[in-house]
Amino acid sequence: MSRLAGLFAQLQDAGRAALIPFMTAGDPSLTVTVPLMHALVAAGADAIELGMPFSDPMADGPSIQRASERALARGVKLRMVLEWVREFRMTNSHTPIILMGYLNPVEAMGITPFAEAAATAGVDGVILVDLTPEEGRGEAGVLQQHGIDPIFLLAPTSGPERAATVRSMGSGFVYYVSLRGITGATQADWAEVLQRVQDLRQQLGLPVAIGFGIRDAATVAQVAAGADAVVVGSALVDQLAECTTDQEAIAAATRFIEPLVQAVRTTERSGV
Amino acid sequence: MGAYALPDASGHYGPYGGRFVAETLVPALEELEHAYQEAQRDPEFRAELHSELRQFVGRPNPLYHAGRVSKELGGAQIYLKREDLNHTGAHKINNAVGQALLARRMGKKRVIAETGAGQHGVATATVATRYGMECLVYMGEEDIRRQSSNVFRMRLLGAQVAAVRSGTRTLKDALNEALRDWVTNVENTFYVIGTVAGPHPYPAMVRDFHRVIGDEARAQCLELTGRLPDCLIACVGGGSNAIGLFYPFIDDKAVRMIGVEAGGLGLSTGQHAAPLTTGRPGVLHGNRTYLMEDEDGQILPTHSISAGLDYPGVGPEHAYLKDAGRAEYVAATDEEALAAFHRLCRTEGIIPALETAHALAHAFRLAPTMRSDQTIIVNLSGRGDKDIHTVAALEGIHL
Repeated sequence: MSRLAGLFAQLQDAGRAALIPFMTAGDPSLTVTVPLMHALVAAGADAIELGMPFSDPMADGPSIQRASERALARGVKLRMVLEWVREFRMTNSHTPIILMGYLNPVEAMGITPFAEAAATAGVDGVILVDLTPEEGRGEAGVLQQHGIDPIFLLAPTSGPERAATVRSMGSGFVYYVSLRGITGATQADWAEVLQRVQDLRQQLGLPVAIGFGIRDAATVAQVAAGADAVVVGSALVDQLAECTTDQEAIAAATRFIEPLVQAVRTTERSGV
Repeated sequence: MGAYALPDASGHYGPYGGRFVAETLVPALEELEHAYQEAQRDPEFRAELHSELRQFVGRPNPLYHAGRVSKELGGAQIYLKREDLNHTGAHKINNAVGQALLARRMGKKRVIAETGAGQHGVATATVATRYGMECLVYMGEEDIRRQSSNVFRMRLLGAQVAAVRSGTRTLKDALNEALRDWVTNVENTFYVIGTVAGPHPYPAMVRDFHRVIGDEARAQCLELTGRLPDCLIACVGGGSNAIGLFYPFIDDKAVRMIGVEAGGLGLSTGQHAAPLTTGRPGVLHGNRTYLMEDEDGQILPTHSISAGLDYPGVGPEHAYLKDAGRAEYVAATDEEALAAFHRLCRTEGIIPALETAHALAHAFRLAPTMRSDQTIIVNLSGRGDKDIHTVAALEGIHL
């Protein structure tokens, strides 16, 4: 069983949602990336979404845009991101790692070399924001051949036929974008989101993670009641952006994530 | 091979084009594609577009024989397709009118646009006012500085101009920001893309709205010279004016088609905006096409004296035409464009846009190698009033 499938099976038994923090690889420093991943796990993260920086992150809000720009200015390359995952795996063999980014850097490496390197490093899932299922048939197949789940997104604007397409191609889980907007925005109608996610979970037969616009423990608790996983990105990236040392970043991440971990662990899922 | 009929049903030109966007936008693009197909079939829509192009834009514009400069060069006869004489001073208005009519038909009350040189922003602001729609134009901070008169024009026309401070603060970042706005406001907003790039159906739709350039030029050339031109030349940033001129000639295999990219400080310096000449295929802004990128797939900063060509990608149909060998792509440097700018001012009494001056630079190189009974059509895509501050500053003159 893959790490992701194992995680969701285990949490199904525990009756709670997963907490998945997002961090941009190489931000706030090159040296802190791996220690930060370990710190997030130690504080209770169930999986980690690791951002692969891109020069033109068109679906991201200001927080993640700037984190990407900072990381690229420090010289982060896709091969370094994969190397950090490999390093993380040397002392952690159980926490799923999902890479999130845009297609072009992956295509520049070549999808097959990327999938090989990612599989060797211990990557579990890949989200490419601008790769739709229609365009991504080839890429999804290559990832799956290497034991990596291609994770697709669904949005409030997606109709039933798009959910069917995603169902036929995606694996691991489906990422539900909670609002019409970019990462870091804040105006989701959570009751509506949760209703939609309930429907999708039945239709898809895959776990559904909810992300975009989740910034605090209260929202995490609200979302965790109806999702398989809750993704928190921009709010954590904002905390890290202000840190000037690696120690500070680790302390800030731990401090930030602890109440969110509490929130998922004390929220029972309803209607699941 | 049969007649040219791209893109295919899924918006591809061979390996190029397609639809690479965040999921939130996919349904909006499907809705747009559907609405556009319906509009194309609707005689009322076509009649209104035609009437607007005549009455508001001022079409047809002339195909002008640039006799003095042709004689001076001593080779092929150069004809200029006078898109600079359109209302708002560039070809961009053809597409802005078309998309705004479509937006109105779809019941969208708000339009957004990205702009580089400001010509597309001005065109969009103009049609938004004309059709009573709210308008927000995203423009890189660097371009706002370079094109202040166009910024003022947009504001006079009632549009808001939002300064984009991310990335390189130029056209590509304005496009990112407009896409972010569209993702957020997709229900009530129509995104008027200004070039033949972006996700399907934009490259095909924008081309269709600009093909009037080539359709007119073809008929005018036959009327004036009795035959088809030997060569078409247009500048290529995103490539909208070039595809507008080229498209109706694609099946006329004897007509050479040459796109001229911004060579900036010279191709060897890396300071340019010539993805077709020097780049490689990748995915940016919703489509697969030639890009200026580093070995790690990060998009490279570009340089051009003309804000309108300062873009690291290019329309996917140009990528296809290049690979198919149907069109050729070359570059002209800042310096060559400036020389051509001055030459046209002084020989023909026409001040061209700096973007257009790149096409002229290549025409002036090529014409002397051709016979005097041969014909080159250059798309005079825009007028240069907006650029006089840039040119003056280079000469140490402060206006």
